Amino acid sequence: MKLPSRLAALLAAAAVVTACAPQTSSNSSSEKDDKSGTLRVWLFQEVGNDPKAEVVDSVVTAFEKAHKGTKVDVEYIPVDTRAQRVKAAFNDPKSAPDVMEFGNTDTAGYVKDGGLLDVTKEFGAWNESKDTDPTAKTSVTVDGKLYGSPFYVGVRALYYRTDVFKELGLQPPKTMDELATTARKIRAAKPDLYGLVVGGAYTYGAMPFVWANGGELATGKGGDYASAIDSAAAQKGIKAYTSLFGDDNCPAAKCAGMGGNDTITAFAAGKAGMAIGGDFSHTAVEAGKVKGEYAVVPLPGVTAGSIAPAFAGGNNIGVLKSTSHRTLAVDLMEQLTSKKTQAAMFDAMGFLPTFADVRQQVAAKNPYVKPFAQTLAAGTKFVPASPAWSQIDSQLVLPTMLQEIIAGKKSVAAASEEAAKKMNSAFGSAG
Amino acid sequence: MIRGLSRSSSRPWRRWSGPWLYLAPALVILGGLLLYPIYQLGLISLFHYTQAQVSGGEPTRFEGFGNYSALFSDGEFWSVLLATVLFAAACVASTLAVGCALAVLLTRVRAVPRLALMLAALGAWATPAVTGSTVWLFLFDPDFGPVNRILGLGDHSWTYGRFSAFFLVLLEVVWCSFPFVMVTVYAGIRAVPAEVLEAAALDGASQWRIWRSVLAPMLRPILTVVTIQSVIWDFKVFTQIYVMTGGGGIANQNLVLNVYAYQQAFASSQYSLGAAIGIVMLLILLAVTLVYLRLLRRQGEEL
Repeated sequence: MKLPSRLAALLAAAAVVTACAPQTSSNSSSEKDDKSGTLRVWLFQEVGNDPKAEVVDSVVTAFEKAHKGTKVDVEYIPVDTRAQRVKAAFNDPKSAPDVMEFGNTDTAGYVKDGGLLDVTKEFGAWNESKDTDPTAKTSVTVDGKLYGSPFYVGVRALYYRTDVFKELGLQPPKTMDELATTARKIRAAKPDLYGLVVGGAYTYGAMPFVWANGGELATGKGGDYASAIDSAAAQKGIKAYTSLFGDDNCPAAKCAGMGGNDTITAFAAGKAGMAIGGDFSHTAVEAGKVKGEYAVVPLPGVTAGSIAPAFAGGNNIGVLKSTSHRTLAVDLMEQLTSKKTQAAMFDAMGFLPTFADVRQQVAAKNPYVKPFAQTLAAGTKFVPASPAWSQIDSQLVLPTMLQEIIAGKKSVAAASEEAAKKMNSAFGSAG
Repeated sequence: MIRGLSRSSSRPWRRWSGPWLYLAPALVILGGLLLYPIYQLGLISLFHYTQAQVSGGEPTRFEGFGNYSALFSDGEFWSVLLATVLFAAACVASTLAVGCALAVLLTRVRAVPRLALMLAALGAWATPAVTGSTVWLFLFDPDFGPVNRILGLGDHSWTYGRFSAFFLVLLEVVWCSFPFVMVTVYAGIRAVPAEVLEAAALDGASQWRIWRSVLAPMLRPILTVVTIQSVIWDFKVFTQIYVMTGGGGIANQNLVLNVYAYQQAFASSQYSLGAAIGIVMLLILLAVTLVYLRLLRRQGEEL
């Protein structure tokens, strides 16, 4: 019975396609706003997810108690395949969740895909939103409208080996130039260590060098961006980063192919004097050989005492356009990203809160948070809020640029000009 | 019975349509599973079709051959195409050489070593490409790999140079695809009458001469199939390059067409550009196969 009916469906589909255009789904926003029923929530499945699930469960229980007749169905989706899941949800609104967690660099792309609900009004009316970090807020903003609520932030700082520094009589570097000389001193004294482990595919490790030198990824606003990666200031930063690749610090043959995780792995295994790692790398480093023999300081800027602007990574929680429970879903989004939840989430998972005051509280209790909180307080940067960013990211425009310079295939000027051209074509085609 | 027959012969279209009627179920399935997707692929390649169009965020826009002209005007596409053709050719030649040599070896050794070789080959065949690539990469790891230690190469990085990275991937591709050639050719050799081989040996032919003058001509249909198979497989190699060179190598030096399509198009949901690359690959493979078959036909071989 099954095969003939499938065949018939196939034939029918073939007949219908005479209309001659690829399929699209009608992902218009739902007009319905049911005040009861089941809300579906997708959150990311983290490594060691149980503590996260406990916090979420307590939020959900309170939410269900406060709203009679509602049920919340939480599903944890694997991070690796989230792109496919989210695309499928946008394509078929019937199987889509009402509320969803997403990486903050994906915001602009999802908005363009027509998947996220504009919650500007609700977010503004929410009494906790005034304490939200400005960069975290930028990461949910597209064209001046808000499409979600920040869930946590992540920034990178400088990890260094206290035992190596003590043995060699070194001090944590105060400027970016000092960072490079310190790295070379370590390598010279201990040739089996990388001085500062860097990666040619580690975009977010390289960007602070560009930003600290006054460069930008792109300039512009409201979907109309132009690449600035080939500006004189940006080139200076790129040069500072790529000059760290070499036998006197991190040999190109090994380091050119490394990504962020590889550098952390090397540091945790005791193969590097310094590394640029995030607050989220803390667990991995703690689990490594160097436990108890490292410390973290903010990555120094160009002048003494300044901090290099870091990339503000992290995740947001948003409401899908297709939801039929608009009011309830927005309320649940607020509960999941509230100050109380974020404080509990920090205790459970170590996720840095997006509220400045909550972050201060947790930093007071946990000394390791301090350098990251300082970095955040000094001002962070975000990738261009353009749907083109996901294209630039997946086409490896910036890693290719860095690797071309590191491998000596192109000069800084030529490689950055080429990268700027590719970025501009992405901005142009993705609008 | 007689009436039935006379009636059918009185309608000549029936005789003509008879074979087609029997073929119809197969044709419908083939059409549904092969032609329809290709038709869709071709159709999508003519539109501006990204995730925003699929999920209805933006209207679909007809672009004509815009995706193709964007592709052909990209200098990187041509260098990737050249690298892919050369790399696939090297992989096919090496795979066939290793596979055929080991197949001949299989016929010359005793049962126990034959079984061992068979099992080893089947093990390589059964290993998933991701696993094989990861293990292979570990063997050649500059810090922890045994190969550098045995060869005394210190911390030489195999994936840094363009050719050495391609060579490393070639080794893995050959390792995981020679078993198919070996087993198929071995089966073919077994089917060759023993008297023919014995006669050649009595005439004093060397092993190489037997292969060239006796086995290869007799195995030509089988060799044709494994060659075409290998060409198609190696032209479409993805996993090995993606895993072993970290998504295309240092500064994209190890890109092949499939990885290029993924990186440029599918990873950022530009389905229309990806479809255009797919169509170009399809046409190239079709052309290679047709030319190859044509060459064989000219040599008077029936397949």
